[in-house]
Amino acid sequence: MTRLRTAPPRYWLVAVVVLFFVGFPTVISSFLASEWTQALALAIAIMGLNILVGYSGQLSLGHGAFVALGAYTSAILAHHYKMDYLVTIPIAGILTGVVGFLFGIPALRLSALYLALATFALAVVTPSLIKRPAITGGVQGISITQPDPPQFAKDTFATITGTSMTSDQWIYYITLFCALVLFWLAWNLVRHRPGRAMRAIRDGEVAAAASGVNVAGYKTLAFGISTFYAGIAGSLFGLGTGFVSPDTFPVALSIQLLVGAVVGGLASIPGPLLGAIFAYFLPIESNQWVPSQAWIPDQIASTVKNAGPAVSYGIVLILIMIFAPNGIVGLIYSGYVALNRRLRGAGDRETGQVPSDAQTV
Amino acid sequence: MQEFLQQVVGGIAIGGIFASLALALVLIYNAMGLVNFAQGEMAMLATFVAYTLINRGISYWIAFPVTLVVAFAGGIVIQRIVIRPVERAPILTLVIITLGLATLVNGLAGFLFGYVPRSFPSPFSAQSADVAGVFVSYRDLGVIAMSGLVLLAVYLLLQRTTVGLTMRAAAHHPEASRLLGVHVSWMLALGWGLASAVGAVSGIMVAPILLLEPNMMQSIIIYAFAAAVLGGIESPLGAVIGGFVVGVTVNLAGAYIPHVGGDLQLAVGLAIIVAVLILKPNGLFGRAAVRRV
Repeated sequence: MTRLRTAPPRYWLVAVVVLFFVGFPTVISSFLASEWTQALALAIAIMGLNILVGYSGQLSLGHGAFVALGAYTSAILAHHYKMDYLVTIPIAGILTGVVGFLFGIPALRLSALYLALATFALAVVTPSLIKRPAITGGVQGISITQPDPPQFAKDTFATITGTSMTSDQWIYYITLFCALVLFWLAWNLVRHRPGRAMRAIRDGEVAAAASGVNVAGYKTLAFGISTFYAGIAGSLFGLGTGFVSPDTFPVALSIQLLVGAVVGGLASIPGPLLGAIFAYFLPIESNQWVPSQAWIPDQIASTVKNAGPAVSYGIVLILIMIFAPNGIVGLIYSGYVALNRRLRGAGDRETGQVPSDAQTV
Repeated sequence: MQEFLQQVVGGIAIGGIFASLALALVLIYNAMGLVNFAQGEMAMLATFVAYTLINRGISYWIAFPVTLVVAFAGGIVIQRIVIRPVERAPILTLVIITLGLATLVNGLAGFLFGYVPRSFPSPFSAQSADVAGVFVSYRDLGVIAMSGLVLLAVYLLLQRTTVGLTMRAAAHHPEASRLLGVHVSWMLALGWGLASAVGAVSGIMVAPILLLEPNMMQSIIIYAFAAAVLGGIESPLGAVIGGFVVGVTVNLAGAYIPHVGGDLQLAVGLAIIVAVLILKPNGLFGRAAVRRV
């Protein structure tokens, strides 16, 4: 009980957010729940990218390729080998993680720029690579049978809402469970030895090496962990949409991941969640909002549907990088600090001294 | 043998297009140590400018230089507005910004012109000349000649003019140049303008082959990356030779390796990038990077 009472405010915030995500599907439609499933899966992939870019300082522009690998691993195992889809989720994550780890070894030799270039090329080539082998189902892709919720979930859901649980809602909870576990893992990772080592490498590779950090080991580890996240996210994407096809994983997906990571805030734990919500719902909401506005001519409204996401993603990427490199989380944090300073004593601003009772957040 | 030569000639023609875009990448790399991911998209937008001019009834040979001027000005404007605020930012920031620029320009073109592929005129006849049993189309010859001219012009500009000398000085020794009274930042802008114009040539050359639409350059930029990396990314001559080598390799791979054809030729581009970066990271003409500790 004392632990509860002395818990810092941010733990309460986390609890509120978790409760919100758990309770959310009981009040929204099944369709909306499936949209949030996609957003959560995107958040997992962005968290992976965030570990790589934000914490270890290696830029990957091709994470969509790893998401695709995870999705196809699960789809092939479930479709061709009749495995239970839920069992394939960790397999997809581990396989993608191993591939990413191996990919990270040659990547060690590359400068940040070359790595960006090679991964971007990978992202562009991915759809054509997927189309060729017979096992991927070619252009048609593979359809995935969405699982029915088990009895205990149905019963609980029915007691709370009085309606029966759809498979979309069940998939939402599977995704939420994965997201919670993976965010918790990431939170622990970055606070402890590996996270410190990665940040040291990001901020000064030579200094880190001189301080005894295994640079090569942690850089490849970051790649492995990051792609593990991407693989799980891919598997959940497939589960959520009910099919995988080469066109599900265009270059635009890799860019969407990068937008999410940058907008939310690199090197932060809540960042990927906020970034994912932004990157996922911006095109969807604008596609609904623009045609509904009478003052926008029809001709423009129809092109906005196609070009809108690209234009807005591009503008947001540029503006955030120039004006708020730490993303939404950075903005909220600096706002909080400024507010705190104002509330706790305006006089201190002149001397630049922090009040003696200042809390570090 | 004859078919082999045929493929080689085709490869050289398409290689000239890769070479122009790779040269544009190298120009910006030399100016600020950055690979411009938006280079292809900027070239695509310039090609739409040319398309609009030609559609208005302006002759191809007037529209072409006008487009280059517009592209040049556009490159300078982009550098001033988007790149200048972050000139000294870490490379990660710069790469993300150019990628954002690529996405923005792509969307903008889609917004203004739509996604329906359009045919783009070529000033050269589609007929072929018989050179010792190998059929060479006038179109290919024209593309080779045009790329050659552009490359020569850039070479002369950089090596034989005062502006070129100043630009190179600003790129290699910004501090010393500043002390000697060079406006380094404006020289970077000139570099962007020049790169944009050179890239525009590749767009105009490739449009009659691929059909003009906003995603036209998405594959070409990968080949241009491959060409620039193969040439050692900082060597203009290397980029040009790299462009021709990549063009011929891709064409031959498409013709002779089973299953490699159509969109999978792009994988050859990726393979070249990966192979060069792993086996010979400095490319054919690059100097070994020296890291300061």
